[in-house]
Amino acid sequence: MMGPITQRRKGRLAQKLQLHNGIWGNRRKTAAVLGAVCFLVLAAVALAGWAWREEAAAVDFSRKNLAPCLRYPFGTDWMGRDMFVRTMTGLSLSIRLGALTAGISAVIALTLGLASAALGKWADGVIGFVIDMVLGIPHILLLVLVSCAAGKGFRGVLLGISLTHWTSLARLLRAEALQVKESQYVKIARRLGKGPWYVAKEHLAPHLLPQLAVGLVLLFPHAILHEASITFLGFGLPPEQPAIGVILSESMKYLAMGRWWLALFPGLLLVLIVLLFYAAGNGLSSLVDPGQAHE
Amino acid sequence: MMKRKARENGAASLPGFLLGKMLRMALLLLCVSAVTFALVSASPMDPLTANIGQTALGSMSQEQIQKLEEYWGVGVPAGQRFLAWASDFFRGDMGVSLLYRQPVSRILAEKLANSLWLMAAAWVLSGVLGFVLGVLAGARRGRWADRIISGYALVMASTPAFWLALVLLMVFAVWLRWLPIGLAVPIGMDAASVTVTDRLVHGILPALTLSLTGISNIALHTREKLIQVLESDYVLFARARGEGTGRILIQHGLRNILLPAMTLQFASVSEIFGGSVLVEQVFSYPGLGQAAVTAGLGGDVPLLLGITVISAAIVFAGNLAADVLYAVVDPRMKRARSGR
Amino acid sequence: MQDGKGNADAHKRPGPFFQEQEEFQGRPQKKLHETSQDTSREVAQEVASPLLRVSHLTISFTQYERGWRQRRLTPIRNLSLELRAGEMVAVVGSSGSGKSLLAHAVMGLLPYNASWEGSISYEGQPLTERRLNKLRGRDIVLVPQSVSYLDPLMKVGEQVRKGRRDGESYSRCRSALARYGLGEETEALYPFELSGGMTRRVLIAAAVQEHPRLVIADEPTPGLHLEAAKRVMGHFREIADEGAGVLLITHDLELAVETADRIVVLYAGETLEEAQAADFRREETLRHPYSKALFRAMPGHGFQSEPGSQPYAGQMPEGCVYGPRCPLFEERCRRPVPCRSLRGGMVRCIRAE
Repeated sequence: MMGPITQRRKGRLAQKLQLHNGIWGNRRKTAAVLGAVCFLVLAAVALAGWAWREEAAAVDFSRKNLAPCLRYPFGTDWMGRDMFVRTMTGLSLSIRLGALTAGISAVIALTLGLASAALGKWADGVIGFVIDMVLGIPHILLLVLVSCAAGKGFRGVLLGISLTHWTSLARLLRAEALQVKESQYVKIARRLGKGPWYVAKEHLAPHLLPQLAVGLVLLFPHAILHEASITFLGFGLPPEQPAIGVILSESMKYLAMGRWWLALFPGLLLVLIVLLFYAAGNGLSSLVDPGQAHE
Repeated sequence: MMKRKARENGAASLPGFLLGKMLRMALLLLCVSAVTFALVSASPMDPLTANIGQTALGSMSQEQIQKLEEYWGVGVPAGQRFLAWASDFFRGDMGVSLLYRQPVSRILAEKLANSLWLMAAAWVLSGVLGFVLGVLAGARRGRWADRIISGYALVMASTPAFWLALVLLMVFAVWLRWLPIGLAVPIGMDAASVTVTDRLVHGILPALTLSLTGISNIALHTREKLIQVLESDYVLFARARGEGTGRILIQHGLRNILLPAMTLQFASVSEIFGGSVLVEQVFSYPGLGQAAVTAGLGGDVPLLLGITVISAAIVFAGNLAADVLYAVVDPRMKRARSGR
Repeated sequence: MQDGKGNADAHKRPGPFFQEQEEFQGRPQKKLHETSQDTSREVAQEVASPLLRVSHLTISFTQYERGWRQRRLTPIRNLSLELRAGEMVAVVGSSGSGKSLLAHAVMGLLPYNASWEGSISYEGQPLTERRLNKLRGRDIVLVPQSVSYLDPLMKVGEQVRKGRRDGESYSRCRSALARYGLGEETEALYPFELSGGMTRRVLIAAAVQEHPRLVIADEPTPGLHLEAAKRVMGHFREIADEGAGVLLITHDLELAVETADRIVVLYAGETLEEAQAADFRREETLRHPYSKALFRAMPGHGFQSEPGSQPYAGQMPEGCVYGPRCPLFEERCRRPVPCRSLRGGMVRCIRAE
């Protein structure tokens, strides 16, 4: 049979993705699995650090200033405290504090974003002005100010980070809410006499919740990094706590003596934790983002 | 996705547009200083205890303490203090730093001079490198160059600036001994005998840290914007007309990402400033950032206020510059204004 | 092989369905269509080899539904058509029928997540990536549909010249614009300053300034008032009369009937009928129930619109895609419906007579 020569042409990326079918052929499934693994690891670190909180403060002068070895993979400090245990406890603290502050920030963002979209031009203008104001002060400086006002310590960090991280998410949610509000189906629902409650539940929530979830997870990295920074500067968690910021701040005194392990490992693990949050957030967003619907 | 609309305020004339922007900026600055003042005043920290110490206070006479309280402004209502501060500020008097016992304006001038060139170097370096890397990654999307650049940017976005500073310090100052550990000037030298080389050598590591972290944000945003342009209808038409990839990149790609890139560059001032606070602390670099930390820890209200207002002014000026640039360069806004 | 086949096909009308017909019906199809009204043009076309032949084109995407469930969408299925030099063929379908993808497939500009199979040949040779790179913008041009296809930050003149600055480019750009009634002052305008009609004319000028042999026009008329739309269609007729092949992709049946030589009716990604434009003057000369419905929906023929809507690319019915809306539907229509030749045209319907 003289069939026509069949040409096949595929985008380079499509070709690449088709090469390994099965679980890898489904980009979303891969992302979801990876994201779930990230969440599990993060939860495990949070639990382990919490369980070790007593051990993290244990002083033992018979083992002070040890370089990393099999027994103490991250070494010990000048008081003989196990740096691995201290790091894990610090990370656990970061994750738990991050969850709390990111949660509060997300609630503020949702409230203000919706208020901005729903309450008319005047409210929109005021909220926009507040956002501009918050963004006008360099972030670290604002954290210093809020933390000062709240009296440093745990309360200072909590308030500082919760009150300064909602701006971009609020803008995003506002834009999304406005788009839904202007859309055809909401207008039709309105004309059919559906109340604002119905519109909010049936139309607004399904559009905003995925955005909110992704935004919440992506707030974590910022919250955690800023908590560490502000603690490092001396405004955050008190020095008794084995927070990463405290550990790194203390390590500064010993750097010139060549005790590199005091700074290297805790920081490295912090970077890793933040990366895990980014990965988890990306996994989640690839699942819910309609813009990524095509392979 | 929503279509990008020409900005709504494009219809005003250029001077009117500028005036409006500047008024808003002034109002923002006023609010920022008020909020800052309120925050600092709300602090439960007692400036006397923080600066003189509990034991020293205990050994003082009641009169001495009263004198000190007057000096630190204890007992005066916050509103009254703010008004006094604001009216002085308009006359160019930012008050006297409680810790340094010098006029705030003089300390700001000195610290700003130290910080400014550090931040400027990082700003230019991260802007240029970030743009180039972002374009490279966007144009080679999904290839090795993109993976390496995006990976670098993601890792840098996850790295706290102060830890990077610590690592660089360990490698270059402690381990390799190529560069000094810190301070803008060598210890034991008075400011007059400091040479330009000294300043340069002590600024290398802080500037490098700030640039390395600053690149990531700019590269990621530039990459995203370029990908958006390359997926646009007009690039599809250019390809349909037989234009090659390189030509498209120069003719349409750069043309369309330059303006957003400039806006981003001006917006990054705030981030660079935030980074400098941390980095100066690690390298004991006597700049604005370190002064802010000292003032915050010591409850030095006038200095903290001065620093906040100045940095907010710099950030707003950056935003204003971006807006002006848009108004002057973007043909859509230019033509709309001239009434066509 | 490919060559010989192309030439052998050349005298059969309509060509591209020939293959499929034989497979399904085993009936020889040799007759020329009887309803031609412009014999001189017909004869000229018979001699030349087909300029463009698309056969059995299927375009598909993989899309995610909720979560990570995937499904395959095929917005265009088994589409075949043929275009000769000097001929203007209109592919007509309502929005969502996958028309624009056809234009992008021929230009080799499908989005990276699409894949296609079938064959596309130009002047008897398969249109490979390498050939396309040489022909794109010179021999084969695309006239896109809207102002978003112009760089918003580039002046019109510069864009028409593709950024070139030599004297020849300047004069060619000027004459191309002048041909479509656009003065020199247009060159200094930015795209956002053009009216809808001007935009179309700029897009045409930009595409045809290099004297192409194949013009693919993707929805050139929406948003224009009738006069302007007619003028734009007139420009394409002119290009075809000068000897180029014009593939017009449109949803406006009325304008297409007025200006094109042949009409291909597209529905839910499949060709339902291929007919001479003249066949659309009367309902009886049409073949497919859908075409007849389209005819009745035209202004001046009663404006009757059929109930129901085109199935979404993800939920295709079994067998005939028009089945769920068809008045002639019967059990046989649930099986795959082949394309067959009928009264000089083509139809994908077992009931059509």
